[in-house]
Amino acid sequence: MDYFLELFLGGLTRGSIYALIALGYTMVYGIIELINFAHGEIYMIGAFTALIAASVLAIMGFGPVPILFLAMLLAILYSCAYGYTLEKIAYKPLRHSNRLAPLISAIGMSIFFQNYVLLAQTSDFLPFPSLLPEVPFLEPYAYIIRSSEIFIILTTLVVMVLLSLLIRFTRIGKAMRATAQDRTMAMLLGVDVNRVISVTFVIGSAMAAIGGVLIASHIGQINFYIGFIAGIKAFTAAVLGGIGSIPGAVLGSLVLGWTESFATGYISSDYEDVFAFGFLVLILIFRPAGLLGKTAAQKV
Amino acid sequence: MKKRHGGKKFECIPGRMAALLSSAIFTATILTGQALAADPIKIGVAGAHSGDLASYGLPSVKATELVIKAKNAAGGIQGRPIQLLIQDDACKPEMAVNAATKLVADGAQAILGHICSGATNAALGIYKDARLVVISPSATNPPLTQSGLNPNFFRTIASDDAQARMEVDFALNHLKLKKIAVIHDKGDYGKGLAEFAKSFLEATPGTQVVLFEGVTPGAVDYSAVVQKIRKSGAEAVIFGGYHPEASKIVTQMRKKGMKTPFISDDGVKDETFIKVAGKYAEGVYATGPKDTSKNPLTIQAIADHKKTYGEEPGAFFLNAYAAAQALVNAIEKAGSTDYDKIVTALRTVPVETPLGKITFDDRGDAIGVGFSMYQVQNGVYVELK
Repeated sequence: MDYFLELFLGGLTRGSIYALIALGYTMVYGIIELINFAHGEIYMIGAFTALIAASVLAIMGFGPVPILFLAMLLAILYSCAYGYTLEKIAYKPLRHSNRLAPLISAIGMSIFFQNYVLLAQTSDFLPFPSLLPEVPFLEPYAYIIRSSEIFIILTTLVVMVLLSLLIRFTRIGKAMRATAQDRTMAMLLGVDVNRVISVTFVIGSAMAAIGGVLIASHIGQINFYIGFIAGIKAFTAAVLGGIGSIPGAVLGSLVLGWTESFATGYISSDYEDVFAFGFLVLILIFRPAGLLGKTAAQKV
Repeated sequence: MKKRHGGKKFECIPGRMAALLSSAIFTATILTGQALAADPIKIGVAGAHSGDLASYGLPSVKATELVIKAKNAAGGIQGRPIQLLIQDDACKPEMAVNAATKLVADGAQAILGHICSGATNAALGIYKDARLVVISPSATNPPLTQSGLNPNFFRTIASDDAQARMEVDFALNHLKLKKIAVIHDKGDYGKGLAEFAKSFLEATPGTQVVLFEGVTPGAVDYSAVVQKIRKSGAEAVIFGGYHPEASKIVTQMRKKGMKTPFISDDGVKDETFIKVAGKYAEGVYATGPKDTSKNPLTIQAIADHKKTYGEEPGAFFLNAYAAAQALVNAIEKAGSTDYDKIVTALRTVPVETPLGKITFDDRGDAIGVGFSMYQVQNGVYVELK
């Protein structure tokens, strides 16, 4: 039973990690039906910014908690700037072209960002400081769940709730929903669609940055390539849950996390990815739109 | 395609002709350099001297030349000068067979080579029939010595499974542990080592491989595998792979409060591992190439190379240097070029080389060559004696 609990919590942590990145994919897709393949790289840039910020702040003599918050704030700001610029440079000019064009552009930006960080920073793995505090009274239970894992799960929960509230109750949230439903109609009714899209990218990037900081400090190392694998998995999770759906992204991520964790724990980690993607195929056979995705009627 | 040796002209002549031609030129220069007083001892040097892998083969030629030149300057072996017969196999088995036939026909009395395992394996039968001793500086394929089919074959490099052998011996004999988890990264290198380790463990009675698993490189989190190691009751973990995964696994194990010894390979024996895993790297064991850089013979051999050829030596230079020394020493101690006497001398008479003092075991592997066990102590890898 202990073992089951350990795997369950491990899968939950892994799923929460995926969810923070998957939310960005699903939001962008919901609004402009674009799969933003450079999203994983925004996550990686967030982690790098936090590493640089944390190193500088540590030299300046800040304590661990201010470092965590300041580094995370800087990472969010920096990633948001990248996300905003990315959309303006790579996607906006292509908005009215063939659907494949922005997709190619996204892949190109992903490669560009990886190589940019590779050249500007290093190709080596870098140690990432453990920014998340270890809570002393939880230490005896560390073999089941570490405090950093609890921190990741809680953060994902909070981010998800805030995001749902934002979309449900604010003006910009309403505008986002309107744009997602019918961009042309929203435009006719006076919604500033360009602004909505920019805000979507900024919010998605902010979440990716939070994810980057938490995960890097959980694992303890980063390099320029981490965004790619995390991005692929998060994208899978978003599709699994129903791309375009916010609760779907979170549910898909958790399901993916648990699938991997239990497959490793009870069968073999050699086939971890086989189970993850096999499960994706199964879900898509029975629910082509994903777990919570709506089968949208074709717009005629 | 990059060609270091030969250039375009050689390409239009068939390979064998080119090899013949170059060896003829070489023989001529050696002969004019030496007084024709005594019947020379002929040593064949075969390996990749052209093509993509020439950079693996040419340093061995240079190493042999340096050793032989020094020996000839000191009067040769019992007054007889040593003559080199050089043959190119371009690392191709079919060319290696031709090269071997040619060397045998030219009257070579011992062979230094070949370079690539495949080429070596193809040529060995011919040398065996001709009763010639062969020493390779670089063929690492385990069956070459372990199959027992090649009693005439020796090598001055550790075989591919040497690290796995060392890790297993260390866990069983030094740490006295019986239940081992073997983890790898599913790559050629990591999985290959892990499979060797597994087969060695299974061949040892009383030991148990409690877990054999591959992890996905680059995954965001290895907690499930770490939990599995814990549940398996492993007393030690042997990991085949590189440092990014190793540091993630070790860090997660230690953070989960597991103190299980972690033993790995030279993919982990890297400063980056210590830098990334930080305090969690402490106590980790890893095998790595034996440090020979402080050996005075190494320093001298490299200085000789720089003086003669004006550049730093290339791949397998020291292994070839040691092989040439071992061969010359064995012929000298045997007092003749008789096959059985040379073999006995190689196995029994130790020789000082840049790789240390070496003899060969019954299978033909050099004893004391190759890898050492290192442990992270206070943030640096320390060689365990």
